[in-house]
Amino acid sequence: MARPEIFFPAVSWIRLGGLMPGPGAIAPRPAALAAALLAQADLERLIQLLARDHRVIAPVVRDGAVVCDEIRTAGEIAFGAVTEQAPARYRMTMPGDHAARWPTGPPATPWKRVLHPSELTIWRAVRRDGRLVFEPIDSGPPRRLALVGVRPCDLAAIGRLDAPLRDGPWPDAAYAARRRGMFVLAVQCTEPCGTCFCASMGTGPDAGPGADLVLTELDGAGPARSLLEARTTAGAAMVVALGAAEAPEDAADEAHLAVDRARARMGRALDTSQLPARLLAHFEHPRWETVAKKCLTCGNCTFACPTCFCTTVEDRLDLAGETAARLRRWDTCFSVDFSYMHGGSVRLSPRSRYRQWLTHKLATWHEQFGTSGCVGCGRCITWCPVGIDITLEAAAVADTAPRTGPTRRTGAHP
Amino acid sequence: MARPQKPRLAVWKFASCDGCQLSLLDCEDELLAVADRLEIANFLEASRAVGRGPYDLSLVEGSITTPHDAERIHAIRRASKVLVTIGACATSGGIQALRNFVNVRDYVSAVYPTPQYISTLNKSTPIADHVFVDFELRGCPISKTQLLELVTAFLHKQKPAMPTYGVCVECKRRGVVCVAVAEGLPCLGPVTQAGCGAICPAFGRGCYGCFGPKPLPNTAALAAHWSEAGRRRGDIVRAFRTYNAAAEAFRRESEAHDT
Repeated sequence: MARPEIFFPAVSWIRLGGLMPGPGAIAPRPAALAAALLAQADLERLIQLLARDHRVIAPVVRDGAVVCDEIRTAGEIAFGAVTEQAPARYRMTMPGDHAARWPTGPPATPWKRVLHPSELTIWRAVRRDGRLVFEPIDSGPPRRLALVGVRPCDLAAIGRLDAPLRDGPWPDAAYAARRRGMFVLAVQCTEPCGTCFCASMGTGPDAGPGADLVLTELDGAGPARSLLEARTTAGAAMVVALGAAEAPEDAADEAHLAVDRARARMGRALDTSQLPARLLAHFEHPRWETVAKKCLTCGNCTFACPTCFCTTVEDRLDLAGETAARLRRWDTCFSVDFSYMHGGSVRLSPRSRYRQWLTHKLATWHEQFGTSGCVGCGRCITWCPVGIDITLEAAAVADTAPRTGPTRRTGAHP
Repeated sequence: MARPQKPRLAVWKFASCDGCQLSLLDCEDELLAVADRLEIANFLEASRAVGRGPYDLSLVEGSITTPHDAERIHAIRRASKVLVTIGACATSGGIQALRNFVNVRDYVSAVYPTPQYISTLNKSTPIADHVFVDFELRGCPISKTQLLELVTAFLHKQKPAMPTYGVCVECKRRGVVCVAVAEGLPCLGPVTQAGCGAICPAFGRGCYGCFGPKPLPNTAALAAHWSEAGRRRGDIVRAFRTYNAAAEAFRRESEAHDT
């Protein structure tokens, strides 16, 4: 089995950045293979270059929110959108002074929609001459994907999905097909939102591994300028093809400072030191019951989460009994049926369902994949209809001194 | 070789608007396939011809609101091998269960010029309060997809694939931006059973709860959140008192705010 570490090399510069917040902390930076100073017009040419042999997905405005969808021109990108994000609250505005800037914060819909579709027919069987013939359905996208405008937290989330769905012992064919040859342009964060805590999770506001191009918006008067850095040869080829102005030497420092300032302005924080052990020491903490009283078990946190990937399958027959299809759909550990086994569900109580989600995300994910399942995007806080805050819940449990004696029971206890 | 006799289908109506029965006619393309596989023995909305029982599959629409209907449902149960209730009226009492919160006699005398001709019960009750029900299809109206899934599962002797999770699951799969969070609209999606495909949120409205409460819904937390957001008690009562007003979880929550 390919270990996740292969895809999360010991990138000490991210970890260092995550653990030493503050405007003064200067972390070592990855070297760019090529760098250019990008004007708004260059971006349109970049999109056109990508669109030649990619299906380009970018943040766009729909229904009063920023969502990820296919674009054909740079003009469709949600430039100028500012998102106010707080527990159970999301409001998008278009203030004039932000006009040419990338939309702030993570989009309302996670990028996983593109890589791990919410509904997918995985096979179909037809009765032909008295025999059942199975027909594979999903052969992946007809064109390679290009994700444009991916925030660092979401970039890290793609890495988290790669571990089980692409690099694990049982790769997911649909995911791997979409992931193959994918191009990523990441946009580093200079304006975090109220629910952001990527700095705590070591996934931002600077972009970690996984991007071909990394863009940083530069401040200053005059027309909008961005620094575009290539991290891969594919990215470098794109910079060369663009023929944009070469970046002045101080642009990289300027970009780094802008991102570092964002690190100090995170809306939220989570102390991640020894977090898995501190959480798993408190399986019977009264806080689980408190949060369960508020939790609607709607599962919105899991669908908004960029790393939750659970699915269920349903078999569909036609009336005549001649064709059958297996449909795979997103599922959530918050529904009663999710843990249904012979005789019933093993996680009936909302307490056990919330605890399962939080401890998997922040603790047992480490045991499985060597990383946290949380990238600190804050979507679960924003999109929870009653505003449950994972950073507060985790801290309330983990900050309690452990009791003596065994605390983690092994059996199911609904 | 002669085909084996087709299973016989019957459709029955109690206190209801006929909308759920209409979903069967609304099957359009699939209707011929249904008629090919089932003998439609009794379906007054489609044909005057009434075939005698017994019936293999009875679809029952509507709630019990009169002493006469309370008797009639027993005869239908006796004549049916499998009895499936269709729609909010049949599964929870429907919109007419609003009478359960008032004195129905006050309304009878206000509405009818000669109230002595009206023979009605104090409460509108679901079919399952009167006879054993094999399966329930939720919704106001039911979903055509779920109806076809039910008929298909019945024909192939399978368990129908019916979700018991909330509307939010369908809403998020569909990629709808949450109207509760992004627009501050009151939405019953987190406590309502899926099945509709999250129609209302997809068109910018909060969920009205047509499919009734999902299993173990936390209606109290949703109502508490609305209170904190400044919604009045009367609005909370009305939100839970619509098509499934008498469904246990919704009834309890509306009564908790009705003082």
